[in-house]
Amino acid sequence: MTRLFNLIAIQDLAREDIDRILDRAQEMEEISKKRSNQLGSRIMACLFFEPSTRTRLSFESAMLRLGGKVLGFADVGVSSAGGKGETLADTIRTVERYADIIVIRHPLDGSARLAAEFSNKPIINAGSGSEEHPTQALLDLYSIRKMKGTIDGMHISLCGDLKYGRTVHSLAMALSKYDVRIRFAAPSQLEMKPAIVNEIIRAGIDVEEVDNMADAVKATDVVYMTRIQKERFPDVNEYNAVKGQFRIRLEEVSLMKPDGIILHPLPRVDELDPAVDATPQARYFDQVEAGVVTRMAILDLILG
Amino acid sequence: MRGSSHSPLVIILAKTDSGKIRIVKIHNGTVIDHIRAGHALDVLQILGISGREENTVTLAMNISSSRIGTKDIVKVEDRFLEDEEVARIALVAPEATINLIKDDQVVRKTRVKLPPTFTNIVRCPNTRCITNKEREPIAPKYQVVSTAPIKIKCLYCWTLLDEREIVERFTMY
Repeated sequence: MTRLFNLIAIQDLAREDIDRILDRAQEMEEISKKRSNQLGSRIMACLFFEPSTRTRLSFESAMLRLGGKVLGFADVGVSSAGGKGETLADTIRTVERYADIIVIRHPLDGSARLAAEFSNKPIINAGSGSEEHPTQALLDLYSIRKMKGTIDGMHISLCGDLKYGRTVHSLAMALSKYDVRIRFAAPSQLEMKPAIVNEIIRAGIDVEEVDNMADAVKATDVVYMTRIQKERFPDVNEYNAVKGQFRIRLEEVSLMKPDGIILHPLPRVDELDPAVDATPQARYFDQVEAGVVTRMAILDLILG
Repeated sequence: MRGSSHSPLVIILAKTDSGKIRIVKIHNGTVIDHIRAGHALDVLQILGISGREENTVTLAMNISSSRIGTKDIVKVEDRFLEDEEVARIALVAPEATINLIKDDQVVRKTRVKLPPTFTNIVRCPNTRCITNKEREPIAPKYQVVSTAPIKIKCLYCWTLLDEREIVERFTMY
């Protein structure tokens, strides 16, 4: 097992790497409460070229709980990278001289991989275009393991915007390393990328595809809902044609297994009816908690 | 014409004493033989040969071959392909052989071989791929994920390209 350096994409990790992160996340539950100084001399730079609430704040919270320091920008408009047209490669070659680790979110696909090519310091991908969001996938796996006791043997529905939703791309790839069954549920315009479906089938995973919410939620252990990614549609008319098509209301919850759970990477718009929040299946706010401990585990494994 | 017809299309011909049709020999240059029938134009496109260059180009399509049934042949005078160009040919003509001719002699004969990865062959069709961002100092990189049919994957954004997209986009690069 090699030491973790960059975290760019889930497919760069073997199952034992993922299990090691999840095990460390579990250990971090206690440390996150007590706090520690194990990364006391380390600096983390957060470069957020796109808006973020949970990912950026949970990364910062994770670093602070481990005693580290944080710098960076959350509004690209005030940086040279945004306001002055600096290339990403130049921004990275600059910031790597200020920090021990760089966390990057960027609107273009493949941006984190470019950052890793130009940095001698570790890069963590906090969301690259519509392509990858590996730390979200890891916290999702941690949530499933914590809430259901296991990942192996689970039957999981990934629902909503499977074309532009980067969290489902990473989560699907991560799940393919376990003994699971996956159901993809999306309107025909927003189906999962063929390259990812091919990889998952090649990994020996039983895959099913449906195009409506009723079929999406039936008989699975985990229903993973996602927002339609308005900001990634090349054409607003395309967005208008699909918005509101995939929603979970009490009606859909009634079709679920009684012990099934609903997860969502958040933020939500209208795909999760607020009435669902009160049901025992709604676990998406508990899922948020996993963000800090999972990111603490990743920072500790890379820098510790 | 592509694929369905087996009647030969030959530009620049010579008749042998026995009356058989034969493409004229070249003195110096490259012969790309055993191109899958109907793909000679793709080979020219992927090599950036438009016909407006000074080189003499000889092209034969849908001629019989003992090895692959029917085949196309391209001969380019006074041009010697780089290894990278030979690798590109494998994307559209995986069975092709390359003969290097100098002073009427075949000095080197090789079969094309598809490398596992390619750099800089075409622009990624995904407009949101970082490789399409202006001024970023990187080149698109691709991994071959399937050989029959040919499919390559952008190593930055994971977009898949098939043979037609590769050929079409090659001329845009």
